[in-house]
Amino acid sequence: MCGIVGLMIKRTSKRSQLGKWITPMIICMGDRGSDSAGLAVFIPIDDPSLKRFSLFSPQSSFNWINLEEALNKETSFKSTVSGLENHGQVISPMSPKDFEKWLNQRFPFIHLLSIGQSIEVYKDMGHPRDIADRYNFEKIDASHCVGHTRMATESAVSPAHAHPFTAGEDFCLVHNGSLSNPWSLRRKLEKKGITFETDNDTEAACRFLEWRMQEGQSLEAALQEAFVELDGFYTLLMATKNKIILVRDAFACKPAVVAETQDYVAIGSEFRSLAHLPGIKNAKLFEPTPEEIYSWSV
Amino acid sequence: MERVDLNQMSVRQLNHYLHHELPKKGVNQLEIANPNGFHNIAVGLDIPVKIDIRGHAGYFLGGMNKQAKLIVHGNVGWSVAENIMSGQVWVKGFASQCAGASGHGGLLFIEGSSSSRCGISMKGCDIVVGEDVGHMSAFMAQAGHLVICGNAGAGLGDSIYEAIIYIRGKIHSLGSDAQEEPMRQEDYEKVKNLLNQTDINYSPKEFKRIASARKLYQWNTDANQEY
Repeated sequence: MCGIVGLMIKRTSKRSQLGKWITPMIICMGDRGSDSAGLAVFIPIDDPSLKRFSLFSPQSSFNWINLEEALNKETSFKSTVSGLENHGQVISPMSPKDFEKWLNQRFPFIHLLSIGQSIEVYKDMGHPRDIADRYNFEKIDASHCVGHTRMATESAVSPAHAHPFTAGEDFCLVHNGSLSNPWSLRRKLEKKGITFETDNDTEAACRFLEWRMQEGQSLEAALQEAFVELDGFYTLLMATKNKIILVRDAFACKPAVVAETQDYVAIGSEFRSLAHLPGIKNAKLFEPTPEEIYSWSV
Repeated sequence: MERVDLNQMSVRQLNHYLHHELPKKGVNQLEIANPNGFHNIAVGLDIPVKIDIRGHAGYFLGGMNKQAKLIVHGNVGWSVAENIMSGQVWVKGFASQCAGASGHGGLLFIEGSSSSRCGISMKGCDIVVGEDVGHMSAFMAQAGHLVICGNAGAGLGDSIYEAIIYIRGKIHSLGSDAQEEPMRQEDYEKVKNLLNQTDINYSPKEFKRIASARKLYQWNTDANQEY
């Protein structure tokens, strides 16, 4: 069992509420998964020459200022790093390839969690309540986000195995369920030069979808292929810089509820994670049907 | 009317109250405020009480219900009225999966739609759904009646035993061993009787009867595992 949550704020004036609304959602779903949790938020940068890089340090005492100083000294770019415990958020004009190379050489113990123009990822072990508290989820001001509370049924409990998983740029996925064929999918992708960071089943789905998008498909078209390729149970919630997309497997084995008002689209594994939201009594509520692609744009 | 508020007490405290305090007090009508999507609200009741639940509830509402009449003014999650024995559970909104699963008796009425596996393994209860049902509804249903006023998803009545389905709308597909049969006088009367217990006014003439072809009752060595 795991929990998923997602929130898209429709009105720009309400974006400052995102953190306040999503935090109780993810804490509530701690009942469905309490070994680790994560949240991906999308905060656009106006300058198209800049990218966001989310980093994870295994040591919470890591000095992120050192990383910023080293980055600015050793490269010809002006980058900023804001760190909070295990997580560092970098904004830099460096290309993802150059940044990753530099990071691997200088700080090989730091993990690169996400790359994009908008995406920031936080994920860690522990109860969602503690993670939300540690990383100030309540203060997040963004257009949309997806989150996950994990109860591991396969592969290890570690920050890297926590969701969201990312691949490519500005794309992430959270998953409730379990896949039966992640290894055959993985072998297929590895032959194409795609590398994996964990042995987690969800990572296979995430990299499969990103590979299809790299080949020029839309996420929606990639999902139609995923319905054929993925074997197992899943409710998948994905986000890109301007979309949230939700699908359930053919048997709809794993739950999801959607609530929509003029102000937001909220998605949760169970209604009780949405019960606190303003205007929920008059929200349009529905349960997504199997193999139907639900998509909302900012 | 007595009113309890789930913002003020836990579901465990509520159920303890319903099982142990309510029968002593002789209260016959009760309102539950702020169900907040909580699971297991009003499960295992065995008392002739009418309870209004004001809002959306979570999983297993009214499970194992005997005698009580529960009215949910909202939606419910998975397995509403699971194993219902008698009494009535009335959902004004929609219900998620496995509504009325394994129910032995009583009536479950869902005004809106019910998603997949509605009436799975039902054993004698009656279920009326005002709109549509999802895939694999009435799977292995053994006894009782499932009345569907809208459409049904894939695999309706798969491996059904002696339960009867009445459906007014379209069927995406029938499951193994389920077949359409002519409506008989007793079927019209049954549908009329069940709809009369709800606020739905369709004519029984609009319904089709789906029941078991009984070909799966015995092992067929010639079937070559193809059903």
